[in-house]
Amino acid sequence: MSEHVQTSNGHTPLLEVTDLVKHFPVKSTGVVRRTIGQVQALDGVSFTLEKGQALGLVGESGCGKTTTGRVITRLYDPTSGSMKFEGTEIGQLSGRQMMPYRREIQLIFQDPYSSLNPRHTVGKIVGTPLEVHNIVPKKQMIPKVQELLEVVGLNPEHYNRYPSEFSGGQRQRIGIARALALRPKLIVADEPVSALDVSIQAQVINLLQDLQREFGIAFLFIAHDLAIVRHFCPEVAVMYLGKIVEIGSRDQIYNTPHHPYTQALLSASPDVKQAAIGGRRERIRLEGDVPSPINPPSGCRFRTRCWKAQDVCAEKEPPLYEVGGRNVACHFAEPLQVVQVPVVSEGATAVSPT
Amino acid sequence: MTTVDRTMPEPVVAPSSAQQEPFLVVEDLTVQFPTHDGLVQAVTDLSYAVELGETLGIVGESGSGKSVSSMAVLGLHDAKRSRLEGSIRVAGQEIIGASKSTLRRLRGNDVAMIFQDPLTALHPFFTVGNQIVEAYRLHNQVSKKAAWNRAIEMLDLVGIPEPQRRVNDYLHQFSGGMRQRAMIAMALVNNPKLLIADEPTTALDVTVQAQILDLVQTMQKEFGSAVIIITHDLGVIAELADDVLVMYAGRAVEHGPTKEVLTHPEMPYTWGLLGSVADVVSDTSKPLIPIPGTPPSLLNPPSGCPFHPRCTYQDHVEGSRCVSELPLLRPGPRGESHLKRCHIKDPETLYQEELKEEIMG
Repeated sequence: MSEHVQTSNGHTPLLEVTDLVKHFPVKSTGVVRRTIGQVQALDGVSFTLEKGQALGLVGESGCGKTTTGRVITRLYDPTSGSMKFEGTEIGQLSGRQMMPYRREIQLIFQDPYSSLNPRHTVGKIVGTPLEVHNIVPKKQMIPKVQELLEVVGLNPEHYNRYPSEFSGGQRQRIGIARALALRPKLIVADEPVSALDVSIQAQVINLLQDLQREFGIAFLFIAHDLAIVRHFCPEVAVMYLGKIVEIGSRDQIYNTPHHPYTQALLSASPDVKQAAIGGRRERIRLEGDVPSPINPPSGCRFRTRCWKAQDVCAEKEPPLYEVGGRNVACHFAEPLQVVQVPVVSEGATAVSPT
Repeated sequence: MTTVDRTMPEPVVAPSSAQQEPFLVVEDLTVQFPTHDGLVQAVTDLSYAVELGETLGIVGESGSGKSVSSMAVLGLHDAKRSRLEGSIRVAGQEIIGASKSTLRRLRGNDVAMIFQDPLTALHPFFTVGNQIVEAYRLHNQVSKKAAWNRAIEMLDLVGIPEPQRRVNDYLHQFSGGMRQRAMIAMALVNNPKLLIADEPTTALDVTVQAQILDLVQTMQKEFGSAVIIITHDLGVIAELADDVLVMYAGRAVEHGPTKEVLTHPEMPYTWGLLGSVADVVSDTSKPLIPIPGTPPSLLNPPSGCPFHPRCTYQDHVEGSRCVSELPLLRPGPRGESHLKRCHIKDPETLYQEELKEEIMG
């Protein structure tokens, strides 16, 4: 159950997601393709997002962060659970009923190469949402597209060019212009900068922040780069194997992480400024890989890689406990300073003494 | 598939070159590719050296020439499609213009490479064990059984669970991190003296990245080899490399000991790189400081300093020298080991007084 969703005070958040579940069936080969299992991509995810706010979703590949984004934009239908957009349940709406909400929720994709049709001009790409939703008459299309291109920092004269004539950073700006075309209230940004060069990433991040301030757009910001998420989002949720393991404010998550996975993730991400000053830090070393979401571990899903795991972790799945202001799904949640971490690599002793 | 010429038994390492030269010396390396559109000047006048037991980090954006230059060390460029000038010496052995058989004896034996994407670097039709055994038996006259045991030992060393069973697996049965480990096992099977890791962790998650970086470092300590690590992630460089070489538009623009370069950078491009990355401690209310513009085309590199079209510090240089004159890679005010390619007279003062606060947060 979701303990941190607060709607009792009569105030409606922009987006309220409760116990969202998305399972993908695994079919057997052969003529009769029976379902032989379920990939539990999302298994009970709950969060709320206020108007104009930004929530970051971080986690490793396969943790379900992209699936979350795609379910919220209704590119996938949820298996169960509820998603309320401004109080309206949108999880079960038909395509026609969904139309007005598609205007409000837009998506920015990770790969600026595969997400733009190479045979359409920029004007066509950015103009299509306006056309589909009948926002502007055909005659005013070009000025409107040019205005959008200018907003994202592209030359408005380039509306007649094709995506291949632009660099990666510029292509991502085209994708952003397309998402902005309908003046959405919520943008799901799925790894918007991870395909870009370092010096270009900062340009795009600053652009997104300016747009957020100017138009009051709420962002669901999905990324694996912890530093970028910290920079962009005042609120952060850490996901592991289809579940949120810790959710709280930026300071709570980054300064005093309570979940062992958050702690490991933070200590593993290299940080140039810290390293430049203090040299190599000690880091928590997680063993092995993320388990398969087809057959996740019983109880706590992180227990197979956790140094705190005890018998209770295999038996009972930890709910989101409220500890120190944030919600954390761990039986032994506590700040890192208090505990002795046994699995710390000193300098370089990564290979386990087998 | 194994067509290696084994008729020349003398060692690749020429004993005459035992004077105090570093293990790998790259001197004035220029790599150019003639294309229909013109000559791509991928690498221009690049020089560096790596000693045994040391790690050199090469950092730069895509198209800066970091991969092209290190592929040249292995002699991987097709001589018909590329022009190489300068000199690359591995333990005294000249690579540029070396015969195919010389290169074959060198590759995988003295010099090994870890590629970014194990899915394209390893073969999907052969078992992982098969591929490691092949690499081992090419350079060592041992029985198949012994080589097979060696493959299991290597997989164990890089931390793959149940190596006896896993050695018979195909690539698709491995996870991303395990594939990268298998490739490291393959690269290290002959105890190479020089290991080139080209973006070894870019495709991996951070917790797996930490495992792989630790592994590379442990291996280096164990075998005392020289390591070149190529990445666009300054954080990886900061934690791993002894020396760092910053490349831009095919040229070295800053070179020196890692801590020195990262704490006292002297080149506006390095300032830009440091300012544009987010980190997990600094003030989040301040915007990132991006580098304006995009990297230049190497078909037609800018005149003068290659960075000048994007550089915001040109007013610190008198006249228009940035546009007209290529700065040389020269030691800056902080000593002989710290080289930079920039006309700015006193970058240290400028950095400490105006930029440090802004960049380091």
